[in-house]
Formats: sequence, structure tokens, C-alpha cells
Amino acid sequence: MHRGARQGSRGRIAVVSIRFDKLGVVIALIACYGAFSAPFAIFRANRIVAGEPRSIIEALPQPLGAVLLAVLVAAGLIALFRTPLVARLGAAAVTLASLALLIGVAGSHLTPEGNTFARISPASGFWLLIFAFTLLLADVLTRLQLSPVGRVVVLGIGAAAIWLLLASGQWDSLSILKEYANRADSFWNEARRHVELALGSLFAATLVGLPLGILCHRVQALRDGVLNVLNIIQTIPSIALFGILIAPLGWVAANVPGASVLGIRGIGAAPAFVALFLYSLLPVVANTVVGLAGVPRAANDAARGMGMTGWQRLSGVEFPLAFPVILTGIRIVLVQNIGLATIAALIGGGGFGVFVFQGVGQTAMDLVLLGAVPTVALAFAAAIILDAVVETVATRKSTEVAAA
Amino acid sequence: MIEIDHITKRYGETTVVDDVSMVIEPRTVTVIVGTSGSGKTTLLRMINRLVEPSSGTIRLDGIDNRSVPGHELRRSIGYAIQGNGLFPHRTVAQNIATVPALLGWDAARIKARVDELLALLQLDPAAFGPRYPHELSGGQQQRVGVARALAAEPNVLLMDEPFGALDPIIRTKAQEDLLAIQKRFGTTIILVTHDMEEAVHLGDRIAVMDAGKLVQYATPADILANPASDFVETLIGASDRPFKLLSLGTVGDAVEPGPAAGEGIRAGASQRDALAELLWSGRPAMPVTGENGAALGRVTVEGLVKRAARPQ
Amino acid sequence: MRAWLPLLLRLCLLALLVAFLSNPLWFEPLLRPLTQNGAPAVYNQGSLLSLALLHLRTVAIATAAAIVVAVALAILVTRPIGAEFLPLSRSLVNIGQTFPPVAVLALAVPAVGFGEKPTLIALFLYGLLPIFENTLTGLTTTPPSIVEAARGAGMTGWQRLTKVELPLCLPVMLAGIRLSVVISLATATIGSTVAAKTLGEVIIAGLQSNNLAFVLQGGLIVAALAVLIYDALSALERMAARRMGQVA
Repeated sequence: MHRGARQGSRGRIAVVSIRFDKLGVVIALIACYGAFSAPFAIFRANRIVAGEPRSIIEALPQPLGAVLLAVLVAAGLIALFRTPLVARLGAAAVTLASLALLIGVAGSHLTPEGNTFARISPASGFWLLIFAFTLLLADVLTRLQLSPVGRVVVLGIGAAAIWLLLASGQWDSLSILKEYANRADSFWNEARRHVELALGSLFAATLVGLPLGILCHRVQALRDGVLNVLNIIQTIPSIALFGILIAPLGWVAANVPGASVLGIRGIGAAPAFVALFLYSLLPVVANTVVGLAGVPRAANDAARGMGMTGWQRLSGVEFPLAFPVILTGIRIVLVQNIGLATIAALIGGGGFGVFVFQGVGQTAMDLVLLGAVPTVALAFAAAIILDAVVETVATRKSTEVAAA
Repeated sequence: MIEIDHITKRYGETTVVDDVSMVIEPRTVTVIVGTSGSGKTTLLRMINRLVEPSSGTIRLDGIDNRSVPGHELRRSIGYAIQGNGLFPHRTVAQNIATVPALLGWDAARIKARVDELLALLQLDPAAFGPRYPHELSGGQQQRVGVARALAAEPNVLLMDEPFGALDPIIRTKAQEDLLAIQKRFGTTIILVTHDMEEAVHLGDRIAVMDAGKLVQYATPADILANPASDFVETLIGASDRPFKLLSLGTVGDAVEPGPAAGEGIRAGASQRDALAELLWSGRPAMPVTGENGAALGRVTVEGLVKRAARPQ
Repeated sequence: MRAWLPLLLRLCLLALLVAFLSNPLWFEPLLRPLTQNGAPAVYNQGSLLSLALLHLRTVAIATAAAIVVAVALAILVTRPIGAEFLPLSRSLVNIGQTFPPVAVLALAVPAVGFGEKPTLIALFLYGLLPIFENTLTGLTTTPPSIVEAARGAGMTGWQRLTKVELPLCLPVMLAGIRLSVVISLATATIGSTVAAKTLGEVIIAGLQSNNLAFVLQGGLIVAALAVLIYDALSALERMAARRMGQVA
């Protein structure tokens, strides 16, 4: 029936002989609005005054403005009609690259000579165009059904392109990079702190969570209790948990000899680390339990039949079979922690959140972006890479099982 | 009367149903048999337009089935499928009331009909009506599926492997129930199955499908006696065809005059059962009793074997 | 004993919460040891009860909007007319989930300014994802035999959707709403950093004036709300699932 219906509509469209791509219509509409009606860049005399909008033609030196509009119209048309995937991929890549290059050009073009206070930032039109063609790119990549390695390669290409643009100084005239230039040192410090918090708590949670999960799997009585407690911890809002931990850690710092020497204090990284660790436990423990419970009974019985001890069974049969599920839990934790680590800044724990909350406090949105953009990029990259790893491990396992 | 007139269904290059024509008499049971991929289910689903044919027409009592919108057509035709497809979020009573509710019957009429059907299928309306499908056994679910299909008093009932998910013992019972219901309401039933035994047991006529084509359309006896092709012969299973023939007739038709000793058999039992009983107990003959217990005569091994031999 | 103990604990929690919100001064002696230099032990820059209600209101508005939009989108991409968008919508959800709530909140400020608006936008956008994903899962995993039976019974597309498909995916949908609400309760707290009136105000006031009593009372109220709402929605979900004979 489905096939029949689709065939029917295809037949009807063939009569009109123009074939629209439904998503393309959406993309073309957004792109049209973004290119012609919304401002491309915002000019501000200094970092906190209200900005003045600039359209593509105003923001770019001629003939670049016209060229960009031509590229956008062409790419929009390619998206609008049913075109081969390669053409769509090309259109998306070329458009995104031109936008990335030209926003930098707009920055230098709009900044008056020798003025260090003026700020140029991308405006809604630019972001809408980026959104529209990222949508096109995402659609093409989804339809291409890339292998895990392929996805990581695409991510690598994207990262390399952005790094090149940053290194070339092309974007230096943009406001977010001016904020960066003012804080280059502290930026990398906070970045390191952010990654340390996210990865360190993940590492600790894995170290504790795996044995705890195995224990929960083996000891039925323990399972419900442990998982319930971890579930409740997950429902406590992060900012509240961070705050609540200040009290006990402050007490520990004051009353346990040597604790403060180790850096344990009520305020700062310690409560943030502990909170992230506690949040990370549930996905790790729960996925370990689910993974181990999913080990086929036959495999376990066969292992017993061959005379394996409990430990040999765990390390040789159960754990390898449960590994993909456990890895999925670790992926969830990492992406979640990268996001939550931003909140650590509220209790003096550092991380990219420092810029976000400073920016919010000073109503300096460029500073907010300086914190938010790297956080999102980090979480996004972590998700893609770990998804690829999980998929690789899972398919390898299933082919091994099929072969056995 | 259902007239299927040069019906063809193509999906792209593949022809699933290939120029099938047949006429189904009212108040009969027609069974469409075939292997999987033979197009039997597609043919069935074109009758209530769950599938639209590529060409050809189907007429119900002389009216083209495309003269009303598909969903309205389907409300007038009963439809039961394998695994019953009961709605898990609705009670048994609500499930049965599906089509009457769609047709806008009033509550009292719906309730009366639901209770009637439940009682007919030997499910206590008070006990089963408010239950949810998952609280029922497989056999009970199947019966509710049939009740739902019959709820709006359709003249035609389409069934797609309705007994496929049942174990053999419950299946036999469900088949008997279906035949009883068909007799009572006079519904025209078209049933799809891959099981020739089921087809022979249930069908007034059998349509054999192979690779989209209608290979043979005849009475069970005719199909068993004169299979139209090697394919039909394979489907019948040549080795036990004599037994299938015997299972078509009742003991009552094979009664011979004369006495016999030992335990008797009812006249309504199949000749196949009688032969099996005789061979198992090692007797040459056994007495036959009527439904009221009166002695009617006897059946003999010799007589039954003659009947099983290929009709000339 | 095991059966009623959790219920009793929850009722105690609820009673405590109500008592604290309506009469915070009763608890003053408990919080007093956490303060220094005679700082107030109970939040004194506004009523805790009204902050809690505003907090819940923000979450309710955002969640209601998210439910409407997410369910509508999920329905659209599972109909023949929107089928082309199905694979893309799945990838977008995957990408969307990597955006941290704080980032969404912070990025909404440039667009709409400070106050309740950016909080509502962030809660709405972030709340969309779990509901959309779960509704999509529910709609795409409806057993084919049931949809087939509904068509065979003569239901129109709309009737199939409203009478069969949506009721069937209700438990999964509820699970998505539960996730969304819990995330929103937490994110709304952070909303106070962009001047939204929520319970986060209490915590942030505590963090700024180094007053542990504030941090603790703000944190505990939000945590208690989250746990109670999570539990209530879980119970609702189990009820819906049990009726259909599914194991929640």
C-alpha cells in the first residue's frame, strides 16, 4: 500500500515534470529570509551598546556581496529541487565555507581603520543561513549513511577547516575572537579545567560504577536499592546538587586533617567534581547491569559447561558481550558531563561556564558565546566520536557472534 | 455474490496478482490457498481495498467496490487477521464495538450486539467484556478477533490466516466454531491459508494460487481428485490424499447394513476418524450410532478403503 | 512492608515541602547553624512559596508548548506526507541532545534579552527533544498487525491516529514528558542567572553572599519538587502501561 501510494504521487509529479524536495522547500525559505530580509552582521561602537544591523550587500565589499548572494541563490535552488546527492553535498559545503570566510571579511570591512572598540558580530541572517545549509548538509550525510569511520573523518575535516580559519586570522576582526584575544590565557586554563572536570569525573565514575554494576548484577537484593538512589540523584537539579555539596565538603576540609592540602574545599572544583561523579554513576551502573543481564543464557551456560570459574566467565564471556552497552552508558555520561561542567563556574569550579556566566553578568553576549560555542563543539565532537566507537564495537561483536 | 474480474496488482516490475478472475457465491466459505508470496493475501486485501488493484474490478453484489471511499467500504466488510490485531488499550467489549462505533450505532444497540457475540463465542459477557486483550489466552483473543470482525453484521467476512497463531488442538475447535457461526449468520467467508488441510476442512470451494496466478478453483473433492497441476498435487501432499478424501465425508454417508461388535462411532464423525479407529483397534467393522443414540448399521475397513480409492 | 514504605516516604517528603514553603520560619533553627555572622537563615528577599509557584509555572508553560510541538512534529514525520523528514529528524534529535541546557539558555539571551523569555525558550527547546524522540519511537514501533486491523475495520487515517496509534504510544510518550519535565526543573534553576524568577534565585543569592543556608534550602526545594514530580509521572506511566499489559 505504501509503495503503491508513493508510486501514485510520483506518477502525478512526473506529469508536472518538476520535482520539489520537501526539505529543500524549507531550506530555501529559511535561506531566502536569511539572505534578503535578516541582517547579516551587527555593528556596535563598543562591546556593550546596542548594535546596528547590516545586510549582506552593506556588510561586504563589492563584488563579494553580490557573489555571496549568487552562491546562496544557486545553493538554494539546488536544495529546492530533487538533485543528486553529490550536488547537494557540494552546495552545502561551498555555501557553508563561503559564509565562514565572508563573515570574517565582513568583520574587517565594517571595522573602521584603527578602531579597537568597534565590535562586529554575526547577526540573525548569518545564523539562519548557517542553520539552513547545515540542515542540508545533515540531510545529505544522513542519506549517505556514512560508516562510523566516515563520520569521524567528516568531523575531522570540519574541525580542521575551522582550525585553519582560526589560525589564518580570517576571523580575528569578529567580536567573539576579540573577547578571546583579551583572555587567551585564561581561555586555555578554563578549557583544561573543563575537560579535566568532565573526563576526570567520568573516569572516577567508571572506576566505581563498573564494579558496582557487576555487584548489582550478581546480587539481586542490591540492584533495586542502588538504582533507585542513583535515579533520585539524577533528578536533583545540577545547580542544587553543586550547592548542597558545598556544606559536607566544607566540613570535610575543616575537620579532616590533610583534606584541604589535597585541594578539597567547600567551594571550587571539589564539589563540582563530586557532583559530576554522582551524576555519572547512574548511566554507568545501569548500563552495566542492563548489558550483563542481556548476555545470552546459552553463552553463560556454555562457559560454565566448559569449566570456567566465575571470574573467567566475567572477564571472558559476560564482560565482552556487555561491552557495547556499557560503552553507550559512557557516551551518555561524557556528553552530559561536558554540558554540566559549565555550571561548575557558579561555585567557583572553573570551566567554560566562567565565560558564560561572566558574559551574562556583564550583558556581553560575545563573552557568552566564547564559553558556549566551545562547550557545544566539545559535546558534539564527543558524541560523534563515541557513537562511532559504540557502533564499531557493537557490529564487531555481532559479526563475531554470527561467525561463532 | 463477489465477482473478481481480471484483477492484477503490480509493485514496480513485480506482478503479485496476475489477472485473477473468480466468482464467489453468497453464504459460502471460500478458501484461498497458496505458498507465501503466491499473492493470496494481496488478493484478499484487494476485496476490501486495503490494497488498490493495478487493473481489473471487484464487484460486491454487482456494485463496483470503488464506488464508495475505502474506509466506508471496509466498515461494511468483516476483517480478521493472524495474531488477531486486537487493540491492547481497549477492553474486549470496546474492541468488538470498534466498527459499530465508527458507524454511529447507539450505545444500547452496541451493547446488545457485543453481548450477543461474546455469548455466541462462549465468552461470558460480564466476565470478559471489561477485560483487556493481554488478560486473555491465545484462543480467547482469536475468538474476540472474530467477534470484532462480525460486530457490524457484515455480509462478507475476510480472514487472513486467522488460525495461524493457534496450537493444533485449539485450532480445530476454532475452525468448528467458525463453521457454526457461518451457518448461523449465513456470512460469506473468504479465508486465506497456506494449510491445504484447513482449506479442505473449511472450504465449500478452494482457490489455489501460485506465483500470482489462480491455478485451480473448485470444490475440495474436485481438487483432491483432479489436481490441475503438479503444484496443486504437491500442495495436497500426494501421499496422504486418500485420507484427505476420507476426511471430507461423514460416517453417516458410509454406513452399510449389518451388525458389528464393540464400541461404536457417531454418524457425524469423519470417515477418516472411523478408519483410524478401526485400524487402531484391529477390527474389520464397527457399529454406527445416530445423534440420538439409535443404531444405524456399521462401517467396515473394506468399505472405507474403497471410498478412499481415487474416484474414476 | 516494602510496598507502602516508598509511598509513606514520599508523603512525608510532600508534607515537609508544603510545610517549608508555607511556613519557612518553623525551620529556622535547623538552618541557623549553617549561617555565619548573623546572616538570615531563611530566604528573605521574596516569598519561597511564590518563587516555587513561578518556577513550576515556567516549567509548565514550556513543557506544555514542547508537548504540543514535539507531538505534532512526531506525527508529521510518521505520516506519508512527512516521511521524507524522518531520517533527518532523527539525526537532528541526536545532534540537539548534545547541546548543554546552559548553552541553550545563554544563547537565547542575545535573541530575546534577559528575564523569563530566554528561560522559556531554553526549556521549550530542550524539552522538545525527549518528547519528540519518545513519541517517534512509540509511533514507529506500533505493531503492524494492530494498524492493519484498524485500517481493516474502516478507520480513516485521522481515526487510526487518534483512536489507536496515539493511545498506544501514550506510556512511551509519558516517559519522554517525564524526562523533559525533570530536565526543565533543573534548567529553570539556572534561568535565575538570566534574571528569571525561579527558585534558582535563592541558590544564587546564597552562592553570592556565601550563605549555605540559602543554597541548601533552594537546592532542597527544587530537588524535592523534582523527585515528587518524577515519581508522580512514573506512576502515571506505569498505570498507562499496565492497562495495555506492557511491562513498564
